[in-house]
Amino acid sequence: MKLKKLAKNVGKFGIACGLTLSAFATYAADTIKVGVLHSLSGTMAISETTLKDTMLMLIEEQNKKGGLLGKKLEPVVVDPESNWPFFAVKTRELLEKEKVAAIFGCWTSVSRKSVLPVVEELNGLLFYPVQYEGEESSRNIFYTGAAPNQQAIPAVDYLMNEMKVQRWVLAGTDYVYPQTTNKILEAYLKSKGVKQEDILINYTPFGHSDWQNIVADIKRFGSTGKKTAVVSTINGDANVPFYRELANQKISAEDIPVVAFSVGEEELSGIDTAPLVGHLAAWNYFMSVEDAANDAFIKTWKSFIKNPNRVTNDPMEAHFIGFNMWVKAVEKAGTTDTDKVIDAIIGVEVPNLTGGVSKMLPNHHITKPVLIGEIQEDGQFLTVWQTEGLVPGDAWSDYLPDSKDLISDWTKPISCGNYNTKTKKCLGTAQ
Amino acid sequence: MSGFLRIQQRLRLFCLLVTSCLLFINSSALQADDLSADQASETREISTQDAFAEKVQAIASASLNARGAAVAALAELNHERSDDVILALQQNNLYADRSTPPRVGIAQADGSFVNAIDGEPMDAADAEGLRRIPINNTQRSQLRSLLAQMNLSDKNPRVREQAVIRMIIDGLDESTLNLLQARQAIEASDRVQNAIKLAFAVHNMNNESPEIRKDAISVLGRSLEPIARNTLTRVAQEDSDKQVREKAEQALASIDSRIGLFRIGENVFFGLSLGSVLLLAAIGLAITFGVMGVINMAHGELMMIGAYTTWVIQQAFPDHIGYSLLMAVPAAFLVSGAIGVLMERGVIQFLYGRPLETLLATFGISLILQQAARTIFSPLNRAVVLPDWMSGSLVINPVFSITYNRLYIFIFGLLVFFALMLILKKTSLGLKVRAVSQNRAMARAVGVRANWVDALTFGLGSGIAGVAGVALSQLTNVGPNLGQAYIIDSFMVVVFGGVGNLWGTLVGAMGLGIFNKFLEPYAGAVMAKVLVLVMLILFIQKRPKGLFPQKGRAAAD
Repeated sequence: MKLKKLAKNVGKFGIACGLTLSAFATYAADTIKVGVLHSLSGTMAISETTLKDTMLMLIEEQNKKGGLLGKKLEPVVVDPESNWPFFAVKTRELLEKEKVAAIFGCWTSVSRKSVLPVVEELNGLLFYPVQYEGEESSRNIFYTGAAPNQQAIPAVDYLMNEMKVQRWVLAGTDYVYPQTTNKILEAYLKSKGVKQEDILINYTPFGHSDWQNIVADIKRFGSTGKKTAVVSTINGDANVPFYRELANQKISAEDIPVVAFSVGEEELSGIDTAPLVGHLAAWNYFMSVEDAANDAFIKTWKSFIKNPNRVTNDPMEAHFIGFNMWVKAVEKAGTTDTDKVIDAIIGVEVPNLTGGVSKMLPNHHITKPVLIGEIQEDGQFLTVWQTEGLVPGDAWSDYLPDSKDLISDWTKPISCGNYNTKTKKCLGTAQ
Repeated sequence: MSGFLRIQQRLRLFCLLVTSCLLFINSSALQADDLSADQASETREISTQDAFAEKVQAIASASLNARGAAVAALAELNHERSDDVILALQQNNLYADRSTPPRVGIAQADGSFVNAIDGEPMDAADAEGLRRIPINNTQRSQLRSLLAQMNLSDKNPRVREQAVIRMIIDGLDESTLNLLQARQAIEASDRVQNAIKLAFAVHNMNNESPEIRKDAISVLGRSLEPIARNTLTRVAQEDSDKQVREKAEQALASIDSRIGLFRIGENVFFGLSLGSVLLLAAIGLAITFGVMGVINMAHGELMMIGAYTTWVIQQAFPDHIGYSLLMAVPAAFLVSGAIGVLMERGVIQFLYGRPLETLLATFGISLILQQAARTIFSPLNRAVVLPDWMSGSLVINPVFSITYNRLYIFIFGLLVFFALMLILKKTSLGLKVRAVSQNRAMARAVGVRANWVDALTFGLGSGIAGVAGVALSQLTNVGPNLGQAYIIDSFMVVVFGGVGNLWGTLVGAMGLGIFNKFLEPYAGAVMAKVLVLVMLILFIQKRPKGLFPQKGRAAAD
């Protein structure tokens, strides 16, 4: 009993403290806080640190333009240390303690899955900038990276129609993104009449380095006279020994091209690109795209990071688009209130860096162009193909039996992340 | 057949005649006593020169998708410089600027440019603003086919052989067959002769006479080229003659049984290669853990230091990539060894006989070393360049080749192993190491400075870890996490082979490597690793001291 009372008092004291503090804060500096949730240490630091810097740059640029709603933006950077449960803890801290208006962050799907229940519970906003496997839609998350239909499916279309590929190797690292993507691709290929015997699926552990027999298998699989390609969802480090082994076993991009979904400019900047020349990657943005907005972005980035050799990449563009969309939506709503911003942001259009205008869709995905590029010796991409116009992101794949009837629409009257168009029912709790 | 050959010979004679005529015209033009011929050839030269210039410029100004057609047009022109331009384009040496008509240059090895159209050197002002003309895969394979005919007279028989195979894959017609026939008459290399025979056999599969088809099948049946197998598969299914189909099936079966044998050979090599990596990673640990009994969790980081040493040496001598690797071996040994001695003197010597504390302390050291690498070299991986002699593969036949880097690392692993053996068995340090590890008190009693020997032994084990790092830098990423990937495997090998027994480490590493590689095709890379671990646990339950347990007094603990 006594304890309860004590707790109550402490609680009151806490609230009082918090109130005075926050009042003090608003009085001292009238700012809007923006959370930046990217790992600055651990295995993901390589990729995510760049995104943290991108956010700091975007916020600085916005403040130079006079901030937002007459207030300055204030970045709150936290480090979830590449530790998935810690992402949830840090999100809670950002929303409860720092009261940020929006969070920009996460890289791996598992970190997003860890943050999802927290942003939903505390009604926060998360902008997620990386390509992912789809099959998810949350009212509180905006997916500015590519859904499978904005990266994987067009890449396969390109190989099938332009390169006349008939046999397929789906190689990936053993975790959720490659497995789901490969499931979608397998279903898609079969729907296009590709036979089971012409599809080879292979999974390897994180950081796999001994590719000898897998590459030998690919070589054998590709020696039947039918044009063969590898669709690679191999993640991170493992790519370097993979491409090296391909080159050592004399498999060139003309014989068996590899199209990768996780190899971008940033990944190429640290490695010897000679064995990779001619292999492909599918993204929604390449640094080499010739466009005035892109040139300006690259220039700003290089001067912000004070290194003329740094490169830009696809997730950076996704943050650029996501941040600008959020800014526009807040201006439109006249407030940073989560519910009002969620309503206001649907339909918001901002220019992307490849010469088009991306739009936020009711399913919280955006429209993006899809580009296929060939790796060049300087670590840049040569765009060899791109979609006519922009492709709208699709949360639920049309090629999986479980999700083909589902759509996501967060506008009234549906307001649901997984609405079944057949049964006209909302399945509830997005997962 | 003989009639065909005779026509061939006549054709060749005719060709010779035409060429000599052309030569004559050229030489007479030089002599300038036949004015009319001179003028005629000059005007013709100018017009082809113009057409050539136009075609070369078209390649430069064409859009990426139209470039293929422009290249084909240039090849058709058959100008004497066409091949040079096409070769330059294929090797990414063709440059152009954005003016109209564009200036086109070919980059030379020394960084200067020559004009693609007339072959004259370009001065620096002309070469300014030139950008590389990009090509994509479709064009690369188109160029490869165009160059195949050119490569038929390459100096290297391997290139000639590949050119013939390429011509078969692209489909043979009368003109390519004539080229091959001409080559066959003067070809000295057996490999190329066989490839040409294969080409005629593939071509003869379309012959009307079943007898000729059957003869062709016996040629195809002796080849391991994928194209031979694919042709046979098609014939076995589609041929109109039953006997031919049966013969094709027999040939297929014999090819498949040979391929099966080579696949086993390939798997053994893959296993030995993985084994040699495991051996290199474990052998240093076999000293520190096996002989000294120190559970060194920072062993992987010592390998990482060796790998970074390789990178630093490559950075220091960017012009001698080939030798830098050889220099890196002693350097990595010294750097990692020195850090090992420091670790032993600074921390581990106070913890002998307390395995748990040693484990925790060395784990802490491993974290410190990792973070140090992040701070010094950044968290990004560093690109260690593969020297030329380490890349590529030794092609034994079309279905069996051995990559050089794996082969050298296998040899290197064995060398390190036997060198270490020699040190332990034949040197005075080795004698003292064995003495101290068997009975510390008695060794001290006879005058061995046990502390000093401990430090040197630990340094030796660490140095070997550094040397392993040099080898790993050629196979995997050089980054702060390199060590973590190998520490489990190293312990696995040492425990499996029998603690304290170097031969056990060798057999254990090779055994685990081969076992893993034979499982992988059936279970997949992920499951294979799991299965290996499970088997190892079961094995250790049965034989806790590993494959080759130490016997006698050495084992008394």
